[in-house]
Amino acid sequence: MGLINKSIDDLHTMLVKKEISSTELTKEFLTHIKNTEAKVRAFLTITEETALAAAAKIDEKIAKNETIGILEGLPAALKDNMCTEGIATTCGSRILENFVPPYDATVTAKLKEAGAVLVGKLNMDEFAMGSSTENSGFFPTSNPWDMKRVPGGSSGGSAASVAAREVPFTLGSDTGGSIRQPAAFCGVVGLKPTYGAVSRYGLVAFASSLDQIGPLTKTVRDNALVLNAVAGHDPKDSTSVPFNKPDYTQFLENNVKGLKIGVPKEFFGLGLQPEVEKVIRNGIQTLQELGAEVEECSLPHMEYAMPTYYIIAPAECSSNLARYDGVRYGYRAEADDMIDMFKDTRAKGFGQEVKRRIMLGTYALSSGYYDAYYLKAQKVRTLIKQDFDKVFARYDVLISPTAPTPAYKIGEISDPLTIYMGDVYTIPVNLAGLPAISLPAGFVNGLPVGMQLIGKHFDEGVLYRAAYTFEQNTDYHKEIPAFIKEVG
Amino acid sequence: MAYDDKYEMVCGVETHVEMATKTKIFCGCSTEFGGEQNTHVCPVCLGLPGVLPVLNREVVNLAIKAGLALNCEIAEFSKFDRKNYYYPDLPKNYQTSQYDLPICKNGWLEISVNGEKKKIGITRAHMEEDAGKLVHSGETITTSNSSGVDYNRTGVPLLEIVSEPDMRSVDEVLAYLEELVQIMEYAGISDCKMEQGSVRFDVNVSLRLKGSSEFGTRTETKNLNSFNSVRRCLEYELERQADILDEGGAIVQETRTWDEGKGMTLSLRSKEEAHDYRYFPEPDLMPLVIDRKWVDEIRSAMPELPAAKRQRLQSLGLPEYDAGVITSFKAMADYFDAALEKFDDAKTLANWVMGDLSGLLKANSCSFEDSPVSPVQLAGLLTLIKKGEISGKIGKTVIEEIYKTGKDPETIVKEKGLVQISDEGALEKIIDEVIAANPKSVGDYQAGKENAIGFLVGQIMKATKGQANPGLVNKLLRGKLAE
Repeated sequence: MGLINKSIDDLHTMLVKKEISSTELTKEFLTHIKNTEAKVRAFLTITEETALAAAAKIDEKIAKNETIGILEGLPAALKDNMCTEGIATTCGSRILENFVPPYDATVTAKLKEAGAVLVGKLNMDEFAMGSSTENSGFFPTSNPWDMKRVPGGSSGGSAASVAAREVPFTLGSDTGGSIRQPAAFCGVVGLKPTYGAVSRYGLVAFASSLDQIGPLTKTVRDNALVLNAVAGHDPKDSTSVPFNKPDYTQFLENNVKGLKIGVPKEFFGLGLQPEVEKVIRNGIQTLQELGAEVEECSLPHMEYAMPTYYIIAPAECSSNLARYDGVRYGYRAEADDMIDMFKDTRAKGFGQEVKRRIMLGTYALSSGYYDAYYLKAQKVRTLIKQDFDKVFARYDVLISPTAPTPAYKIGEISDPLTIYMGDVYTIPVNLAGLPAISLPAGFVNGLPVGMQLIGKHFDEGVLYRAAYTFEQNTDYHKEIPAFIKEVG
Repeated sequence: MAYDDKYEMVCGVETHVEMATKTKIFCGCSTEFGGEQNTHVCPVCLGLPGVLPVLNREVVNLAIKAGLALNCEIAEFSKFDRKNYYYPDLPKNYQTSQYDLPICKNGWLEISVNGEKKKIGITRAHMEEDAGKLVHSGETITTSNSSGVDYNRTGVPLLEIVSEPDMRSVDEVLAYLEELVQIMEYAGISDCKMEQGSVRFDVNVSLRLKGSSEFGTRTETKNLNSFNSVRRCLEYELERQADILDEGGAIVQETRTWDEGKGMTLSLRSKEEAHDYRYFPEPDLMPLVIDRKWVDEIRSAMPELPAAKRQRLQSLGLPEYDAGVITSFKAMADYFDAALEKFDDAKTLANWVMGDLSGLLKANSCSFEDSPVSPVQLAGLLTLIKKGEISGKIGKTVIEEIYKTGKDPETIVKEKGLVQISDEGALEKIIDEVIAANPKSVGDYQAGKENAIGFLVGQIMKATKGQANPGLVNKLLRGKLAE
């Protein structure tokens, strides 16, 4: 019990001091995974054998008193849309059920290089389309705080597994809130980095211009340590930006004096649960009391973010998902001719939400509709970016709720539009390509509430500083889902 | 009645040229032709889940070069777009291409038909990736039980060059294509190996009544891969369209395909059935920004293009025809230029290159690139002739000998004792013998029959195995007969 709750620093120290071996550590986490998975179901694949082999190698290094990196020998898990050589990568979809990539995503390679021990792949909404992990082609994942509730999504497995202490850290991907919203629902720290800060090579694409990989962790410091390992320019990703990657831990200072915080009024609007608003307002007050300068501000085009997103993301996905046709890999439906094979493969292989978005996107790009939908959406996207540029001339950080409600019950919401509205505070950030973090800020009826901090391009540092200060002065991150004590 | 009695044709061509880069447009795989199936592939060109394209800079270099060679504007800002359609040879089910902002636009090239020069407009040229190839278990797609796909060609860089509808005769179309292919080859854009499918043409053609200024309804015939196919296809398609129009019918705007075996075009799909490609900007690639410096660097390294070469050869004294023939194949032109460095009589050199050497190579199905007679050897041979060391006639024997043995002309002449006899004493002795042996011819000549001297010269040449200096023989013989 004590072990699974430890920070990355503490686990690292134990390995260095040889208080525990990586193999023992990995076994400990694997045992905990076995004890919790019946309830949580965060994992699609558990790679016990390769994990123990990797751990054994690191133990050899430790035995020889070689220096080990901060993540070396620590268990980790990836959302199942990040390619792992020789290990199934399904994207939560039946259409890729049998797909085993012959290559590693850049983030996979970087984590391996850092010595992280991959213990498995995590559940998600199919192709990252969804906000509850109910759209997984396999099974829904539960929220460790209340097993009847969703963990959020699409990186539901990534958030739930950290909340359930199944792994010290995971990676998720965020196209419209898919790291931050599940982090909020599960009471963990989730960062969506600046678009271009982490390589997308090997991340199975949903919407290329919005997708970004980021870490989910128990604490802000853990988060910065993982970002250190995965961020950076990658020549294999033309949209990755050559920038001077800092050591993100340098920003972890318990001080927000003089920090200029904007509170955009549009992020406290329709659909926001009053109890959630209260938690966030309290959080803002806490930062203010610690010396931050807080002011209300406005991003006038935010009301168009949702429709803009639901043109651009489906348009890109309709093209990105065209390759799943049964010809080369994955599921293939038997049919009499080629066209029927295409149709049947996609009809049976994809779930309802994926098909809905493919249709939306195909329509938006169709001849005669392109200008009215896709092109207009791109123009609005520019206006949304400009809104952010304007407020960031005055503020260092913007604060909002991550989601308008805490986690809802599995099966509770069936209307897609209601689910889409749950991402109303996270989507604008992706459209603008900005970094944002969600961190535990309180509870409503025993369910975690996440606070979102939004920063300027490549200013993850200021997010870490503000989030760290908040964390050091509050206790929300120390709460642990009750059931863990039972299985412990 | 031929179609062109009544109608004028209007034709524009889209040409796909495989660019001569070592690696593919978005990954590091080899572009080499003819590898074992699916061996020049990687996750990126196979479009596996998660992969991303990285633009090969050399492709951009070649596209800029092609644009300059075709007098195009090079766009400072261009971008890639996705063209979406489903086909098993297209691993992502979209082709990364350029739609509304191509790298090159508004260019032209000049053709010459029957001595008349004409500029043909180039609307645009853009970069894109090639698709793979279906491999059918049977002869054709319709007679096969199954088909596989070879993705070796997937991602080979293509340049699509779109002409204006400026061509008004089949000859103009052919002249355009030949000039275009020559330019691509000379500029080093492509090896232009037509037999390997590295150049393909889509031909858009319509008819209109002579004198009319409006375009008729056109058809597009796709994927022609030789000049000959284009000619035959156009001739068929124009007659087909003329027949329909003559009967008062209307041409259907459609895409057609050329059946080489049947020698006819067949309907593929109508305008209504045309694909909606749902083009949109490729989000995985950044827009392409090309500054003036980049363009200038490529401009300054531009090799000599066919039109300039033709002009240079004419300025060296070659007739237009000769300059055209030599330039028509880059390998021949390169050979000519290499020989010209060692032998500066361009006209004589051209005669030998176009005559004896071409004949020898053709008879042996050999190309100029692989010619066993090197440019230096040919220049050496012509120098021997020019200096009078051997006769032109002996030269023809010597070139064959070089071809067979690879030995230098000087060596062959020495070994075979082929040096021309210019020793007056030696020649006089032979002339005297021939005069003595042919009293009748001598008599004929002296009676005024000028022709008779030819026979006597022939006899002397025979006696010297062709080695006698013909000019000297003539002079000495006439002198003796006049005595």
